Amino acid sequence: MERQEFNITAYTENHIGLLNRIAIIFSRRKINIESLNTSPSEIEGIHRFNIVINETEEVVRKICRQIEKQVEVLKVYYNTNDEVIWQEMALYKVPTDIIAERALVERLLRENGARAVVIRKDYTVFETTGHRQETDNLIRVLEPFGLIEFVRSARIAIIKASDGFHLKLNEFEETQPSDEVIENEYLNDRDGVFAM
Amino acid sequence: MSTQAQPVLEATTAETREISGAEVLLRGLLAEGVDTIFGYPGGAILPIYDALYDFKEELNHVLVRHEQGGIHAGQGYARASGKVGVVFATSGPGATNLITGLADAQIDSTPLVCITGQVFAHLLGSDAFQETDVINITAPVTKWNYQITEASEIPGILAKAFYIARSGRPGPVLIDITKNAQLDKIPFAGYEPCTHIRSYRPAPVVRPQAVTQAADLINQAQRPLVLWGQGVVLGAAEREFRAFIEKSGIPAAWTILGAGVLPADHPLNVGMLGMHGNYGPNVLTNECDVLIAIGMRFDDRVTGRLDKYARQAQVIHLDIDPSEIDKNVATTVAVWGDCKQTLPMLTRQVAERTHTAWRQRFAEFQAEEVDVVIREALFPTSAELTMGEVVQQLNELTQGEAILVTDVGQHQMVTCRYARLNESRRHITSGGLGTMGFALPAAIGAKFGQPERTVVAIIGDGGVQMTIQELGTLMQTGIAVKIIVLNNQFLGMVRQWQELFSERRYSFVDIQSPDYVTVARGYRIEGQSVSDRAALGPALQAMLAHPGSYMLEVMVAQEQNIFPMVPQGCSVSEIRLK
Ligand SMILES: Cc1ncc(C[n+]2csc(CCOP(=O)(O)OP(=O)(O)O)c2C)c(N)n1
Repeated sequence: MERQEFNITAYTENHIGLLNRIAIIFSRRKINIESLNTSPSEIEGIHRFNIVINETEEVVRKICRQIEKQVEVLKVYYNTNDEVIWQEMALYKVPTDIIAERALVERLLRENGARAVVIRKDYTVFETTGHRQETDNLIRVLEPFGLIEFVRSARIAIIKASDGFHLKLNEFEETQPSDEVIENEYLNDRDGVFAM
Repeated sequence: MSTQAQPVLEATTAETREISGAEVLLRGLLAEGVDTIFGYPGGAILPIYDALYDFKEELNHVLVRHEQGGIHAGQGYARASGKVGVVFATSGPGATNLITGLADAQIDSTPLVCITGQVFAHLLGSDAFQETDVINITAPVTKWNYQITEASEIPGILAKAFYIARSGRPGPVLIDITKNAQLDKIPFAGYEPCTHIRSYRPAPVVRPQAVTQAADLINQAQRPLVLWGQGVVLGAAEREFRAFIEKSGIPAAWTILGAGVLPADHPLNVGMLGMHGNYGPNVLTNECDVLIAIGMRFDDRVTGRLDKYARQAQVIHLDIDPSEIDKNVATTVAVWGDCKQTLPMLTRQVAERTHTAWRQRFAEFQAEEVDVVIREALFPTSAELTMGEVVQQLNELTQGEAILVTDVGQHQMVTCRYARLNESRRHITSGGLGTMGFALPAAIGAKFGQPERTVVAIIGDGGVQMTIQELGTLMQTGIAVKIIVLNNQFLGMVRQWQELFSERRYSFVDIQSPDYVTVARGYRIEGQSVSDRAALGPALQAMLAHPGSYMLEVMVAQEQNIFPMVPQGCSVSEIRLK
């Protein structure tokens, strides 16, 4: 099986220490994480991890089951790049005087789908989002103008085919219902157990 | 914090009074049905020990001699009783001494709740005295862990801990409680056990169509073979398992943690799997047409070389943990779920069969193994005592009723092979981690878990020296654990490897022993040492008849090897008889 980029999407409780538990699953198998993003999801209290790794599907499938096995993880999906819409964001800092003097800034921005976020006397910060080659491209364009600093975010991805996680979560609760909450057997004989 | 609904704490009833976090914890333990705690105190867990002083009647705390002993005792207790083992340790070195036992419990799916003390919350991360990052250190070796920094979290988190430890595939859970959380007073009116966590599914949903597919495969099979593991024991599905085997007539072999589910002399029990398992089931794994794995995880000690493992077979795998399916061996049909539930479904759909000719194959291999290996191991003609005959005589004297706890090495494999077990939870050993030093403390725990039963620890001269300090725990508690040290004056299993695979270069395996009987006497424990055959039987009888703990050293042959053996990197059908 061939290695390729896979996008792992994990829906989790927002729990201290879970990031470490998930990271361990990769590190103990010597799998390098290419990109990792975590943030709240559209559902209150549920976080979403986007993790990109370069592996075979078999490895990815097993990894996903291991992640899903963690107590605070609700559901994990994996997708190839074709199956997701994904973006990264990049910021570029260049000296304002040079860029103003020498570049056709307007054209440069239009051609690269970028926008200026901050313009100061000493520097200007541009921003663009896109796939890796698009954000890379702007580096090359800006380098001649004295690129001072560059930063790129982790990848975020959204599944093309999905109805959204909300529906999936409902389905999940329906097909794998949790046990009925039973009456607290101990409260009945509280005096016995909790005589104080 | 998780957003899951926390158990209710009623705060304002008339009788409610404020109690410390430590007391809340102990009341929670009582509510969970805990009767025994293994532990060792220290500054960071002092408030809990202080509260324990008032609970002496209800909670039996066993003071061990080292935290590793404490957690192995907790494991032995859990494995013998089927209940959750509870362990206390202080912060820093106390907590780090638990790591080996946590790893052992994690890989052998043993339910434990470990409580560690931690420095005051305001000191966290400051390298305070005896502070260690217990949560991060233990993350890879726990099913779940949590650091409590406020007293109000204690009941809810404790309830979660017990639920997680014992549900689904069981495992060790650790709760680290800062000192302020133990000391602070909170209003407390009740403890509610946890029965649901939003993000946690202890068992996957059973898919009936998978069961039907499995039954179809089984009904078409000519040479089916069942491999069972500890999952059957953990699911308390011994009866369901037996019904399935007896109806389908399929020969069944076991992993060492599954021992006893079918009695040793059951006609369909064809023996032990794995590196030192029986000849027939190993070889015939590579000849069966349908392989039915039940609650076992295809550990590499069982499979040997994976690319030559059961390639010809269609594989059915029943497991409660979806991540085990296809992990090592690709399945044809995966039956997810608790085997207590899935086995009866399967039994209903399988045909009654006898598989006489196929079973005859196992009998032939067995006869050959008896000739080449077993007879001499159990009824030796040489002058030197063998480990096998010790186990054999113990079988006769205890009639399979005792709990045997083994350490790690040759004696462990001999015991696994030759102990005649009639029920599960009668053999306790460190299977996945292979922890030397496990047996003595685990036997202490097992005795607390099954006080009515005779508990015999069988330990090598190497392993016993790793946790020998727990003789002190025996002395102080006054419980009766029978200890057999099989002394071959070597780290036997390592020596065997050096003999077979390193041209007898015996590098640092000749270990010296103290005079065990004198050591035991120092702890007020009776004992004797035997080295000739005539003395063995009477010595075993004396040991069993003695009312208290007993140390029996048996001097056995120095250079004996355990066969059969699947050499590392070989396929199971390449198993060697000598
Ligand atoms: C804590 C630990 N350290 C090292 C080992 C490696 N090891 C496995 S078996 C063995 C030898 C055991 O010797 P002994 O306790 O005398 O038992 P025997 O094999 O002689 O029965 C060793 C060192 C281990 N399993 N556990």
